Amino acid sequence: MIATLTLRERRIGLGLSILLAVIGLGMAALARQGPMAIHGAMALVLGLGLVFLIGGALYDHPEQGRERLARYYDAPTRLGIIMALFWGVIGMGVGVWVAALMYWPEATPLWPATSFGRLRPVHTSGVIFGFGGNALIATSFYVLQRTSRARLADSVSPWFVLIGYNLFCLWAASGYLMGSTQSKEYAEPEWYADIWLVVVWLTYFALYIRTLARRAEPHIYVANWYYMAFILVVAMLHIVNNLALPVSWTEAESFPVWSGVQDAMIQWWYGHNAVAFLLTAGFLGMLYYFLPVRAQRPIWSYRLSILSFWGIVFFYMWAGSHHLHYTALPYWVQTLGMTFSVMLLVPSWASAGNALATLNGAWHKVRDDATLRFMFVAAVFYGLSTFEGSFMAIRPVNSLSHYTDWTVGHVHSGTLGWVAMIVFGAIYTLVPKLSGRDGMAWPQAVEWHFWLAVAGTLVYVVSLWNAGITQGLMWRAYDENGSLSYSFIESVEAMRPYYAARTLGGALFLAGLVICVLNCRATMRAAGSRADSADRPLAAHPAE
Amino acid sequence: MLKLHYNLEKISMGLVGAIIVVASVGGIVEIAPLFTIEETVEIPDDLRPYTPLELAGREIYMREGCYACHSQMIRSLADEIDRYGPYSLAAESAYDHPMLWGSKRTGPDLARLGGKYSDDWHVAHLMDPREVIPVSIMPAYPWLTRSLDRRLLAPGLATLARLGVPYDDAMIENAEADALAQSQPDSDGAAAVQERYGEDVAVRAFDGDPARLTEMDAVVAYLQSLGTLTDAAHARLAEGTR
Repeated sequence: MIATLTLRERRIGLGLSILLAVIGLGMAALARQGPMAIHGAMALVLGLGLVFLIGGALYDHPEQGRERLARYYDAPTRLGIIMALFWGVIGMGVGVWVAALMYWPEATPLWPATSFGRLRPVHTSGVIFGFGGNALIATSFYVLQRTSRARLADSVSPWFVLIGYNLFCLWAASGYLMGSTQSKEYAEPEWYADIWLVVVWLTYFALYIRTLARRAEPHIYVANWYYMAFILVVAMLHIVNNLALPVSWTEAESFPVWSGVQDAMIQWWYGHNAVAFLLTAGFLGMLYYFLPVRAQRPIWSYRLSILSFWGIVFFYMWAGSHHLHYTALPYWVQTLGMTFSVMLLVPSWASAGNALATLNGAWHKVRDDATLRFMFVAAVFYGLSTFEGSFMAIRPVNSLSHYTDWTVGHVHSGTLGWVAMIVFGAIYTLVPKLSGRDGMAWPQAVEWHFWLAVAGTLVYVVSLWNAGITQGLMWRAYDENGSLSYSFIESVEAMRPYYAARTLGGALFLAGLVICVLNCRATMRAAGSRADSADRPLAAHPAE
Repeated sequence: MLKLHYNLEKISMGLVGAIIVVASVGGIVEIAPLFTIEETVEIPDDLRPYTPLELAGREIYMREGCYACHSQMIRSLADEIDRYGPYSLAAESAYDHPMLWGSKRTGPDLARLGGKYSDDWHVAHLMDPREVIPVSIMPAYPWLTRSLDRRLLAPGLATLARLGVPYDDAMIENAEADALAQSQPDSDGAAAVQERYGEDVAVRAFDGDPARLTEMDAVVAYLQSLGTLTDAAHARLAEGTR
């Protein structure tokens, strides 16, 4: 990292590190106890670590010349991928563990930090924000530069974004273990972490826009529309949903300004659009770049890209209320949510179809190249999950599926089958390029990973379909006397085989990820210490 | 249309503006009316806010992630009404910052849990669920026997009051004392709690030991308050069946 910076940039970095250490010290000193003090201490340690790292090497490296401006800046992308894999292992590892606890609850150690309820958000935040978010930031830097034929607008802010974002992830995960949570699903971190994320996010947005302004291509490529929608709308959602009044400025406790039904609507407007703009739009950006590049085929239809992009941006924002069917939310809002959820199938399938049609003429590559196959399976699962999502949003279907494990299965069909698969496709494309190689160190391990991932996803999703439909039917079953057939606990008991199977599915998927991590490590190691080995002159790099 | 888009793709801030506008419509149409229409803002006369002890229990409920497996929202479906009681009304969670409607029922819905089981049952169940229900998969919470931290009760009530929950100055001032008194039925403060929060408020040694105020007291007080803050839902259902 440091070798790629100029002396001036190193000095700015040093200043920012000192600032971070001071902020951390301030937080720890003011809070004195509890999660906020520990989080302050974490920021202090991180800041001091960076001070030593940068300060110790301030004059060690030769000064960067102007010729670097003719090369892409990929060092941040490399760190982003490493962090994505790191959080992936943590998030999915915890996921498999909590899945096992549902089958084997006595295994819970009797101390608070490892209780199911505290570990569950570590899993969700770890995979969504840690794994997914880092993968999005890392690939967005890469894609933005290649499609704009421009170097990132500056060399300090990408590091600020990545390090700041991972500090947020660390605060989130460690906070849950200490019991610090707002309890809003997928938005659990407390107020100071939320404010910090806004600062990081605005920097990210500014970097994106400034780099776009330097582009040598007149048109902004479709992948960038999606990345931009991801950045902008996540900011909107995050700010509105997390508006809260701290109990005190020195405590990790706050009350959201929203209450009751308004809070529920805003929460699921946020929750569903975190799915839309983090887990869908961002990864569609990834798909729209890496799939054509890997298949060496242009995107099948430009018009269809426009239609699906604006369809997704417009329709998704209405769909959140389908999480609240038959609840105290006014009926007309539920109906709107259902209607738009069904209409959403059009742009969703337009995207999936566009991706699959792009593979026309490259099917032999799908057969031979596990990396491209990851992306193909991702597009298929994207199509399947969006169909299932629209279906489950229909009111009578939802009456059966809601509150059951079917929903959990649906989410994992999207996150494992679509999000993680496209990330693996992008990683296996990127890591060799960033390491100056033609392919991964162990090409055969990519095959292994592929089949483990596909098998894991199918076992997981199928077992939770069965679980969810069984639960839904048991809850609503009446006997001939007109009384409920089953007590609730009987439905819990009926879940045992399915919970065991889903744990196995998750474990298979995790095993694949571990292979991926080892493979990436071997590939990056082989690249040695050449920090900018992937850099190529921009002129020799026509629009990909 | 295509030509228009062809040109839009060349202007980054144009795209930014268009994304913000197009993405805002749905949220504005669905969310803004909720702050004005009667169905969502009408508050029943008998709705009371949580007592400080119940509120502390609610914070522990959130801290332990109970909401991940238990919903607090009974849908207007026949089997849910038969299983859990009258369907939930918007007004019932009007003072809930945040709402805890939940999204998953690994365990049963808790919206009308209050009064269904004894305090002793709850204590035994939280200490070791499988002691009470052998096939339960709920985790045990033995650490709830530690003392309740009351530092943030008064500032918490004050914060909620600023957000519109009807806590008056006396409630905020006496928050810490009221939390203790609610678990000590024989103390002088017990009557004051009922005076401030209503005759129906349960004043009991929830964990069985009036001498110590524990997190268990708070959680059980909270669980016993669920569904009892107003009679509006029962009244609504009776009206409907008449």
